[in-house]
Amino acid sequence: MSSYIEFKNVTFGYQNEEGAVEKNVIESFDFSVEKGSFVAVLGHNGCGKSTIAKLCNGIEVPVSGKVYVDSLDTSDEEKLLDIRRRVGIVFQNPDNQIVATIVEDDVAFGPENLGIDPKEIRRRVDEALKNVGMYEFRQSEPHKLSGGQKQRVAIAGIIAMQPECIVLDEPTAMLDPRGRREVMKTVRRLNREFGITVIFITHYMDEAALADRVVVMDKGRIILDGAPKKVFSNAKILREAGLDVPQATELSIALSEAGILIPEDALSMDELFENIKTVLEDK
Amino acid sequence: MSNIVLETKDLSFLYSKGTTSQVAAINDINVQIERGELVGVIGHTGSGKSTLIEHFNGILKPTSGSVFLDGNNIWQDKKGIRSVRFRVGVCFQYPEYQLFEDTVEKDVAFGPKNMGLSPKEIDLRVREALSFVGIDESYLEKSPFDLSGGEKRRVAIAGVMAMQPEVLVLDEPCAGLDPRGRDTVLSLIKSYKEKTGSTVIVVSHSMEDISRIATRILVMNESRLAYYDTVKGVFSHADELYSMGLDIPQYTRLFLLLKEAGYDVDTDIYTFEEAKRELLRLFGRRCRNAE
Repeated sequence: MSSYIEFKNVTFGYQNEEGAVEKNVIESFDFSVEKGSFVAVLGHNGCGKSTIAKLCNGIEVPVSGKVYVDSLDTSDEEKLLDIRRRVGIVFQNPDNQIVATIVEDDVAFGPENLGIDPKEIRRRVDEALKNVGMYEFRQSEPHKLSGGQKQRVAIAGIIAMQPECIVLDEPTAMLDPRGRREVMKTVRRLNREFGITVIFITHYMDEAALADRVVVMDKGRIILDGAPKKVFSNAKILREAGLDVPQATELSIALSEAGILIPEDALSMDELFENIKTVLEDK
Repeated sequence: MSNIVLETKDLSFLYSKGTTSQVAAINDINVQIERGELVGVIGHTGSGKSTLIEHFNGILKPTSGSVFLDGNNIWQDKKGIRSVRFRVGVCFQYPEYQLFEDTVEKDVAFGPKNMGLSPKEIDLRVREALSFVGIDESYLEKSPFDLSGGEKRRVAIAGVMAMQPEVLVLDEPCAGLDPRGRDTVLSLIKSYKEKTGSTVIVVSHSMEDISRIATRILVMNESRLAYYDTVKGVFSHADELYSMGLDIPQYTRLFLLLKEAGYDVDTDIYTFEEAKRELLRLFGRRCRNAE
């Protein structure tokens, strides 16, 4: 099997107080993620994105169907530790994910729970903090850090467990512009340089545009799936799903509709800028 | 009545005052906010934005300096502070976590009830506030916990609007919402301001959101007031904003790139419509020149 994460005919719904499932969040859902890829998942609030995240490392298990991580079945409790070593999750609010009073202790928490040798933990913690650019803050108290810094500490805590895949559930939603830039840069680096598989859930179209593949969900189903340029060429479908296209794409489409011969698929303002220059210089 | 609704004079607030870990959360803030403005507040995490707005309705008491509402020092008379909280309504981040009643109606009525209004007046205000946020009256008897995330957020905002505050303060009203939810909340804030003429203060990390609705922008940086100016005035400081951990709207950035490349374009462009118009102007002129 070439897919690293594979959802096979998965149905899932949350249980109510009586233990019954009232409504399925996803139904007969198929989804697979290649090893080493960077997949962005888009969808409106309540479309099932976060449920997907939780199904990826066995926090939740399907009501029916199967989720496999590196061919391991997430509903097999004996495999749970192996699965969680492979897939780490970073959530939206950095304040809810920090457990220790010193940055390096926090990063060490995961590897300690995996029963790793203390010397190895030391090495991993230092390396993880360097990889997210937080090494100089290793002795700091987490509550004194900015949002972006806290979120990078949370990411370091995950990579210290040396997972093969990281799932990030709206990791930039609470961050200021610099924090967003820092987190995006860190995540891309982990993917490009270390080959870590990334599943990135976001409400920001411009962040999704940085992925290799964009998956769009609506009402528990995948409605679009492909390279960013391909997915964002479907402005109408995206808007119907409560989403949008990146601003640069929206502007390109408007120019093209006004009769200007310009590519409609610019994903960033830099790209649109180059396209505009090309058109003007050709004249 | 003066046109200044809210004013701070030499306002400072220290955390852990008198200890070795004393830090200024806000330092020497002087700002005058005029009635009817829609003020966008931006600043990096920890810049003092929240501390500042918590002074506007007396949740925090200044370490030094003062806050004036309609020309009166809000701490002049300690008993008056309760009424200040009705006159300056603050809606905190993720306000849906503060919903607690068993029906939407009761939740929105909570503020007006505490103000001691008559049942008739409360009912009127609840309905009006819900209409401001686009929640249908058929929701009155629903449990707020059965609503979608975006609806809960709007019900929570209605709860503050129902107090009819002179100044409505919203801390990150769009955080965590999807694009449609974000659009809905932004346009309801704008139309609330237009319909009521109230002063509205919105804290946000999104330069895009702020540029779409604000009439003025207040920039906090490292506990100090960096700018309080028009949208155009503030976003003309692109380099400074970037080094403060902030940014300029994406559209504005495109036009700055074009300007730097020698094209004759306006750079005070913040919205899609403005960007489209200016680009068509640029292309149109070029086409004519080429002919």
